[in-house]
Amino acid sequence: MNDTSQSFVKFEKIDKSYDGEVLVVKNLNLDIAKGEFVTMLGPSGSGKTTTLMMLAGFETPTNGEIFLDTKPISKIPPYEREIGMVFQNYALFPHMTVAENLSFPLEVRKISKPDIKEKVQKALDMVELGNFGTRFPAQLSGGQQQRVALARALVFEPRLVLMDEPLGALDKNLREQMQYEIKHIHDRIGITVVYVTHDQSEALTMSNRIAVFNDGVVQQLSTPDILYEKPENSFVAKFIGENNTLNGVVKEINGSSCIVDLDNNQGTIKALKINVNEVGEKTQLSIRPERVSINDGNNEENSFTGKIEELIYLGDHIRARLDVCGNNEFIVKVPNEGNFSHKEGDTLNLSWNSEDVRALDI
Amino acid sequence: MEVTISTTELLTTDGIPLKQSLRKAERRNKQRAFLLVFPLLLFIFVTFVMPIGDMLLRSVDDSQINSVFPNTFDEYKNWDKGADELPPEEVYKSLFFELANGDKRQIGKALTRMNYAKSGWKSLIKKTTREIKKIVKKGEEPVSYKDTFININKLWADPTYWYSFNQMVKDRSSIYYWNALDRTFDEEGDVVLQDEKRRMYIKTWLRTFKVSVYVTIFCLILGFPVAHLLANLPLRYSNLLMIFVLLPFWTSLLVRTTAWIVMLQQNGVINGILVWLGVISDDGRIQMVYNEVGTLIAMTQILLPFMILPLYSVMRVIPKSHMRAAQNLGAKPVTAFLRVYLPQTIPGISAGGLLVFVLAIGYFITPELVGGKDGKLIGSWIAYHLKTTLNWGLCAALGAILLGIMLIFYWLYNKIVGIDNIKLG
Repeated sequence: MNDTSQSFVKFEKIDKSYDGEVLVVKNLNLDIAKGEFVTMLGPSGSGKTTTLMMLAGFETPTNGEIFLDTKPISKIPPYEREIGMVFQNYALFPHMTVAENLSFPLEVRKISKPDIKEKVQKALDMVELGNFGTRFPAQLSGGQQQRVALARALVFEPRLVLMDEPLGALDKNLREQMQYEIKHIHDRIGITVVYVTHDQSEALTMSNRIAVFNDGVVQQLSTPDILYEKPENSFVAKFIGENNTLNGVVKEINGSSCIVDLDNNQGTIKALKINVNEVGEKTQLSIRPERVSINDGNNEENSFTGKIEELIYLGDHIRARLDVCGNNEFIVKVPNEGNFSHKEGDTLNLSWNSEDVRALDI
Repeated sequence: MEVTISTTELLTTDGIPLKQSLRKAERRNKQRAFLLVFPLLLFIFVTFVMPIGDMLLRSVDDSQINSVFPNTFDEYKNWDKGADELPPEEVYKSLFFELANGDKRQIGKALTRMNYAKSGWKSLIKKTTREIKKIVKKGEEPVSYKDTFININKLWADPTYWYSFNQMVKDRSSIYYWNALDRTFDEEGDVVLQDEKRRMYIKTWLRTFKVSVYVTIFCLILGFPVAHLLANLPLRYSNLLMIFVLLPFWTSLLVRTTAWIVMLQQNGVINGILVWLGVISDDGRIQMVYNEVGTLIAMTQILLPFMILPLYSVMRVIPKSHMRAAQNLGAKPVTAFLRVYLPQTIPGISAGGLLVFVLAIGYFITPELVGGKDGKLIGSWIAYHLKTTLNWGLCAALGAILLGIMLIFYWLYNKIVGIDNIKLG
């Protein structure tokens, strides 16, 4: 998948600066295979939208080259790139009906009238808006406008579709529904999609692979499960899902694992060595809440106690905020099996597998 | 077939019909709202509706002369023009007494009106009145009033003077409207063209149109890019640019107009620079002011903000992503502009266009100052008749035609673009 000869979109050593002083994107190298659904995920200002705009042709890279289908595209103007795009606020043309909006890309390509009609109808049917062709965008709901924007980006059969936070303006239920719809359309027509979002659950739901952006740099690029379970640095661990952190200093390294002394003499933890290199280095340990188990305090290797600070009832599970090793934001998810009888102020015995603790940078 | 519709009236909890209860509840609010706008309504009525109504009435009013010579006109109606060459004795007799006893100022006004119908009336009556007053003073009673008149001045035997009375008999007259279109009545009361040397209104109307259309087009051409810049520049620069656009509003119209004279006249700044650069010779200085060109240049500059502001307010809300989306969909920048951007600016173009056109068509000060002889617009004639000739009827008719034209344009605009599409801010 990472082989250059196979990659459909290739970012090579891309730098981007707007003012000559700050790099918004730093040394970006990214390969996207044909038919893949890749999401660029990151907080605002992390450079993900800039990257998308460079691919669409609305921004030029300050350095480096983008290849589409092995051809460099920096010199190709946006209107010749054959890349479809769904904009943040849809950018539907308000003076045209839905059908006219969809015909627009076909008309500028000088496709014959009957063909246009057929393709437009097909695209509208695909997003289940077959009867809405004569309406104007203002007469549609947010979700319907979103579908029209999607249909318009697909109707001219582009090589690639870009989506720039397309679901940002929708309410929660609709957003989830549209996530599945976009995913299903992608599965059905097999088009390559580059998707930009700051919403991690959206990224996890839809993508084949996710590129986590921060500060203009791709922090990690992998499939959703690896990203969640094996974050390679503390930013990814914090950004994707919920995460408990404990700070300490590396005491000992044994192959792929290490022993960490927690700050303030709070104890010693055995953890996986991820990106620490030498003894004496400061590290941040990351443990997912659902990997922490509550037991009666017997013999596992990482065994600790925590005082319950707060309990929140969430139906399927109880969310307990504990004070563990001096971190009073330590979260544990207790499955609601009907037998949890502890109260705030009680002390719990906790343990976890050392395979689930990852020693990351600080 | 009988159709019965059963409606059960909705009642409130207390049993009062719902509608009645609602009306009662809303009455107070309505009254308060009305009281709030009442002063404004009154102000508009007094300062706008009444003057315009008065102007419209004045443009057709011809009653003043009837109140000065009531008996003469009554008798005049009995004159059978087919049978007698001159009016009957009674006409001369009533005119005799009405001239002898009439109020001097009222007669003076009536004479002005009579002169519009036929020039020569004024001096004839003035001379005659002097003689009549002498006769009355002597206490003589003429045997034949007709002969007395003809003795005083033989023009009284000229029937064409009497024919011109015909158009003044009625209380209402369309003469001013016909005058405003270079037409008048002939002796039979038919509408004919004015003498060649007195035809100037049609020419001025056409020029007014031409200048207004050109000014509108130039304003659009010059204003569109500026408005686009204003709407798309970063706030820091666009605010500065906006000040430049608005600056003319804070300068007196007279100052701006005279500045143009300084710039454009033959010994002015522009000609001076061109001569200095050697583009034109010293004898070949271009005449750019005191003609239509001057009017066009100055009016375009002065009316430009009225085009820019509505355009700006429309362009500001067109998302920048639209041009990007159009290009992304495969449209070249020109196509994207023509098919996506331009159609969305139409409310602004039409609002600005209508505003500039309507202002231009009634413009007065600038064309008056820089227009010279052949750059004057209809507004100048209105002012001329208002102040110099005191022919208010003609003024009112010119104004009413202007108003009518504007209403026609407004109607056309509403038909074509729809008045709801207008956007001024």
